[in-house]
Amino acid sequence: MSQVPAELKYTPSHEWVRFEADGLVTVGVTDHAQQSLGDIVFLELPEAGRVLAAEEACAVIESVKAASDIYAPLAGEVLAVNQTVLDAPESVNADAYAAWLFKLRPTGVTPQLLDAAAYQTAIAEE
Amino acid sequence: MSDPASSTPSLRTPLYAEHLAAGARMVDFAGWSMPVNYGSQIEEHHAVRRDAGMFDVSHMLALDLEGFDATAWLRVLLANDVARLARSGVPGKALYSCMLRDDGGVIDDLIVYRFDDAHYRIVVNAGTAAKDVAWMRRHIAERGLNASLLERRDLAMIAVQGPKAQARTWQALPDLKSGSETLAPFSGAKIGDVFIARTGYTGEEGFELTLPAARASEVWRMLTAAGVKPCGLGARDTLRLEAGMNLYGQDMDEAVSPLDAGLAWTVDFSDAGRIFSGRAALNAHPARHCLLGLILEERGVLRAHMPVFAAAGTGETTSGSFSPTLEKSIAFARLPLHAAPGETVEVEIRGKRLLARTVKMPFVRHGKALV
Repeated sequence: MSQVPAELKYTPSHEWVRFEADGLVTVGVTDHAQQSLGDIVFLELPEAGRVLAAEEACAVIESVKAASDIYAPLAGEVLAVNQTVLDAPESVNADAYAAWLFKLRPTGVTPQLLDAAAYQTAIAEE
Repeated sequence: MSDPASSTPSLRTPLYAEHLAAGARMVDFAGWSMPVNYGSQIEEHHAVRRDAGMFDVSHMLALDLEGFDATAWLRVLLANDVARLARSGVPGKALYSCMLRDDGGVIDDLIVYRFDDAHYRIVVNAGTAAKDVAWMRRHIAERGLNASLLERRDLAMIAVQGPKAQARTWQALPDLKSGSETLAPFSGAKIGDVFIARTGYTGEEGFELTLPAARASEVWRMLTAAGVKPCGLGARDTLRLEAGMNLYGQDMDEAVSPLDAGLAWTVDFSDAGRIFSGRAALNAHPARHCLLGLILEERGVLRAHMPVFAAAGTGETTSGSFSPTLEKSIAFARLPLHAAPGETVEVEIRGKRLLARTVKMPFVRHGKALV
């Protein structure tokens, strides 16, 4: 069973989103995603400063098996990328919620995201 | 990220329940529900390189060929020459061959084992099994040959691979030991109801066991108890890539000549009188490409169908992944004939050109990096 922490928001494309106290948004991929992908060996993340549209394909995660796009859960400017996961992509397999990928400063209206229960339902239907 | 692939598989091997019990992630492969991994593909890969792992390969089809015309017919059907098997003097000797269309395209690649001139065992790929059998039966019927072909869906196949594969197999199945410890490489023997062969698809030592489906679960459990790690199709793919072994449907297919797919060594032209299917076409169309290994020198992962820019011209990758042994990405590349090992080439990945180096394959053999 994959973990779906109650305090996070989710997208149907398997990103998790955490709204931080300082107004920033932290983005990663879910435990369900890392389990489906298998051993992760490479990540390509957006450059700091890049401005993303909501649902824009902005990063790539590659497992031994395949490459998958990662989509921006909401519009925003990339403020930071996680250098640690770039150097150790397998850390996403070890703990998908600790291994954040990038942080955004939201620039638009926050779209509707899934709560933990809704995401749990979505992955159960796959 | 995009949705992980999910599909509705149909066929199950005799080991299906064992895979579920071992926590396998199942995927559809050529219409079969097969384990892609049991947790970590990379750990399974390392188990085969360093110790012993096993694969359920029961989705592949074993065929028994019997009849007075069997040898003469196989010499026409296959691009490699089964006459080598009798000449080797080794009983149960195996031969790897392509089966070609008249235009030289590859219908399938297969292994054929010779018991005697009238008895052979052929193992073909799962995804091509139906068309292979249809092609073979038509061939036999058109020529009115004394040869019968029996599909052995009553059998299961388990490949045990790795430096400790043989020792662990004998520990699990002591009855097989005396009959298999003297097996020559690339040969097999019938021991009771088991056919055991010193073959595989990983570049390691090991056995492939063919046995009655009803015994598959019991044997799988005994091997597990002897320390053989269940491995999925994911590890099977990275292992065969490192071993430089072609995968049908990816590195060659009906539109590709074996001479352009790195398989010239499997096409035997030595007997001028042997007019095998596809021979005329191969003679009329000499090789235009070579198949070389690529090692990516930058960060990223090579996959199939990426454009490759070499000094000799452009080509493309046919297979690619991350090599757990080399900890780098590797690929097979179909390049113009004059490309050679040791060159620096560029591979286009998502619009960017990254540097790679061409190498002679295999990348890894018997646990050791060769590049």
